[in-house]
Amino acid sequence: MRWLEYAVFLAIVLGSAQPLGLYLARVCQRERTVLDAVLGPIEAMLYRLLGVNPDQEMSAGVYFMCFLLFGLGCAIVLFLVLTFQRWLPGGPADAYLTTPMTVDLAANTAVSFTTTTTWQAYGGENTLRYLAQVVGLVAQNFLAGAAGLAVGFAFIRGIARERSATIGNFWVDLIRSLLWVLLPLALVGSLVLIWQGVPLNMTPYVSVHTLEGGTQTIAQGPVAALEFIKNLGTNGGGFFNANGAHPYANPTPFTNFLGMLAITVLPASLLITLGHIVHRPRAGWVLLMVMVALFIAGLVVCDRAETASPPQFAGLHVVGGNMEGKEVRFGIGDSVLTAVVTSNASTGSYNSMHDSFQPLGVLVPLIFLLLGEVVFGGLGTGVYSIVMAALVGVFLGGLMVGRTPEYLGKRIGSAETRWIALYALMTPMVVLPLTSVAVAVNAGRAGLVTNSGPRGFTEILFAYASCMANNGQTLAGLSADTVFYNGTTAIAMLVGRYGLAALALALAGRFAAQRRLATTAGTLPSDTPAFGALVFGTILLVGALCFFASLALGPIAESLGQSL
Amino acid sequence: MTDTNQALERTAVPVRLRRARLGEQLRPAILGVVVLTLLTGCGFPLLLFAIGPSLFPHQASGSLLRRGGLVIGSKLISQEFTRPEYFQPRPSAAGGGYDGTSSGGTNLGPNNFRLRNGAAGFAGIRQLAEEYRQNNNLATGTPIPIDAATRSGSGLDPDISPANAALQIPRIARARGLSEGVVAQLVTNHTTGRQFGFLGNPRVSVLELNLALDQLPNQATPSRLR
Repeated sequence: MRWLEYAVFLAIVLGSAQPLGLYLARVCQRERTVLDAVLGPIEAMLYRLLGVNPDQEMSAGVYFMCFLLFGLGCAIVLFLVLTFQRWLPGGPADAYLTTPMTVDLAANTAVSFTTTTTWQAYGGENTLRYLAQVVGLVAQNFLAGAAGLAVGFAFIRGIARERSATIGNFWVDLIRSLLWVLLPLALVGSLVLIWQGVPLNMTPYVSVHTLEGGTQTIAQGPVAALEFIKNLGTNGGGFFNANGAHPYANPTPFTNFLGMLAITVLPASLLITLGHIVHRPRAGWVLLMVMVALFIAGLVVCDRAETASPPQFAGLHVVGGNMEGKEVRFGIGDSVLTAVVTSNASTGSYNSMHDSFQPLGVLVPLIFLLLGEVVFGGLGTGVYSIVMAALVGVFLGGLMVGRTPEYLGKRIGSAETRWIALYALMTPMVVLPLTSVAVAVNAGRAGLVTNSGPRGFTEILFAYASCMANNGQTLAGLSADTVFYNGTTAIAMLVGRYGLAALALALAGRFAAQRRLATTAGTLPSDTPAFGALVFGTILLVGALCFFASLALGPIAESLGQSL
Repeated sequence: MTDTNQALERTAVPVRLRRARLGEQLRPAILGVVVLTLLTGCGFPLLLFAIGPSLFPHQASGSLLRRGGLVIGSKLISQEFTRPEYFQPRPSAAGGGYDGTSSGGTNLGPNNFRLRNGAAGFAGIRQLAEEYRQNNNLATGTPIPIDAATRSGSGLDPDISPANAALQIPRIARARGLSEGVVAQLVTNHTTGRQFGFLGNPRVSVLELNLALDQLPNQATPSRLR
């Protein structure tokens, strides 16, 4: 039955990609849509309020600076909200807020939520005021997601244009992403979540008299305001510590399925948007199929690892796959699907504890994090992740067959190659040194309070990979609310967001300025299955070259160790 | 080439003439942060509060269950049951166990010695499985469903598998002086199938089932039941 669920999931993602992709193209190109009558006046009002001339366009440099300035401003606001949350009115009572909101935790969280990482070094229900969750975190889930989509739009325009000095207007893209995409979908989706049982209230934590005569206190809050947009904006940080495993956050298999679709459909559709805007629709589908192939491969491996009867519990006469850290309503199928979707799409909204996954079950999400979110990826950011991977493939392919490297009519000259290579090396350059430092110093090893050995190493590698990918998932056995981890993970999050976006936008700017090359017999066609296979192979090859040694020390060593 | 030119006409107005300069962006940046934070952090939640709780008041307030005017729990949140006359939920790692204000799992890796064998003050899967068999009068080595001996991700998993519930039926029937058939029928009535026929796993909601158990007629009523 779970295979049917996986199949239906992929069918919906692929089926909605075309219509949604064309809709996103209209949003991107400021063309007419059905929502214009309602949203047009709000859009115009926001431009007036912000003092934005929507017809003015920006160079790649100015576009990036706006993206950066906006992110910085959001981070400052969120930092202030978190730091001064104790003066915010409303619940929960101070007695339940047992995690102190230190300066380093507030700064880490501010960076985390403004970069769509939503890495959470705290547990929501015992750290945050309701109003801090709403005014602080809900807002950032929207804004960081929309800013990412804006950058994705600009990147697509860069490829589509020729001899253009500009790639769009950040404020226009941001506001249109919010109004035409995130807000309406989030409103509908959040209402569905409430219908399914996700609470939306501001009442104090409820004390109940249990059937056996005891008492239990149950956390409450405006949970539904956060839980849908966290997925739609590919952020992922949950209202509660257990995130998507919490029955209030994710009460039914349907809410989970809907959340996984919310994560995936927009990033998948953006490939169709890309193909449409550059007039190479098949090239967009080829990239989408590369993603689907990687996705299915990960799903199969993770599914095998988790559904097998855990060899560690042999002799205990327990029947079934690995249910430690998983919820009955999801079973292993939904947990695996969620692990694969969330690790791919830059969204840390896990619904089971990945730290209790089998070594090969952890290996799958870890690889997806390290590959840099090329499968679907973050909202907007995913489109340049996969195009960058394709460009590396074009470069390698071009070297092999002796053709001029070009992609979608754009020449990959030496300057472009430099940006692409730097982009491809950014993740290993950040994740591997940070991991090395963390395992070398006491402050880093002090985080290993739950597991040790290869699993402990995996926890640390996973943490930096997750932050660099702006994913936010965690192997939660790692105790990460320390100055060391709050600081170092913030570095990874910032580079993963702004470093990669800077390179992508710089490249988009160069592409926009180029002429479009005519397609000749010497052009490596980018819309064939063979090209898809080239990209697929490149992703795995580059990933393996960069990370195999680290993976061998973590999940692979753990897996081999248990069979000895 | 013509294709591209058409695309350009659509997307790019004579852009070189009206390029935005960096110096002009500070005002939209500052105002954008403030205005859009208000829109998404206040406007959106207010709109949701205006619609959601009026459409779904029970769910919005936490799916709380009442008996005799007293709130006895939430349909969605597992609570502790230790007495033989109640179905027992999965073991919990939320706080000190079933703590509704401190969700979470063990986060122990499957190869972690403690997960299988336990430690001081922490029951491993071996011990949890043995206790489950003792509580339910099952012979040593009787296979039991794994959800009965593992902790969920949230520690608040309200459900157990139908197989887990089935193994507890004889104990419940004996403790309440009911026939196993009656209890089994109740379990069947409280088993939720896959959602829309294909999503998730079949499951039994423990708290709702136990509430219904207390309402069954003709049972050897334990004193505290109303």
